[in-house]
Amino acid sequence: MNELVTPRANTADEPRTARKGLRVLAIEALGPLTALGGIIWAIAQPYRVTFFYPDGKDFWDWAVQPPLLVVLVGLLFSLLVAPGLVEDVEQAADRDAPAG
Amino acid sequence: MLPRAEIAHWLFGAGFLFFGLVILSEAIVGPEVFRRRLWRACLSPSLALLAGVWLWVIAIFSTFSTLHLIAHSMWAQAATAAGAVQLAVVLGRLRSPYWSLVTSGVLFVSGAAFLVHEQNGWLFARSAFLHHLIGWTLIVASLLPLGEALRPRRPVWTVGLAATWIAIAVMLFSDRDVAPIFGHLSDLAGGGLP
Repeated sequence: MNELVTPRANTADEPRTARKGLRVLAIEALGPLTALGGIIWAIAQPYRVTFFYPDGKDFWDWAVQPPLLVVLVGLLFSLLVAPGLVEDVEQAADRDAPAG
Repeated sequence: MLPRAEIAHWLFGAGFLFFGLVILSEAIVGPEVFRRRLWRACLSPSLALLAGVWLWVIAIFSTFSTLHLIAHSMWAQAATAAGAVQLAVVLGRLRSPYWSLVTSGVLFVSGAAFLVHEQNGWLFARSAFLHHLIGWTLIVASLLPLGEALRPRRPVWTVGLAATWIAIAVMLFSDRDVAPIFGHLSDLAGGGLP
């Protein structure tokens, strides 16, 4: 080995690490981006949120408010699906990485 | 007190959005990593089965027109069949990639049911527009599982399917019982008299 010839394992490992990082980032971003979409929707169309316009609304209007449902979906994904998935991506990458 | 139709559509929109996110996450990490935990592997087929059960419940209450009763029953049957087959696939009971043809057929039949049971034109009202749009979206999306059957394990099919469900969620969230579409609203919309 010298400055011109480097161990192949080191260079080959870099794209794999970057790919793992991108996947983890994408999984971690899905939930918050969805929730952010719901918040932006609530700001753009406040009349779709019953809390802002409560007059004359029935039970279902209070129970089902579309922008808040979107936020809820984002939170559910972030809390239930994403953490385990990130853990498994990292474990798979560690297992596939060459020793040394 | 039964919810209005638009309320049920928004709830299904939320379900489809979650479904789309789950499928998209599977496309991002790949099926090997995604199916490492059994509950996660079974999540999207179980959601399809759950949607099927709920659609049966809705079919029971959709007695205001025979056409709606039949359409909701068809969607219920389609979702139940797709969920059951996918559940068997992820559990290893069914191994052939050609089982994706069931999903393809289910999407096609569901899309056709949307188009057949909407008797009005695109610009009659927003709900009519969305029926046409969702119907054609599902029919085009039926090509994705067909691709999965013929050229298995390519991420493009899964990403396309995830994008389809997220798009359908957006369409369902846009639905209102009576609302204009691009400034058009028929006088007959919502059962009104001309």
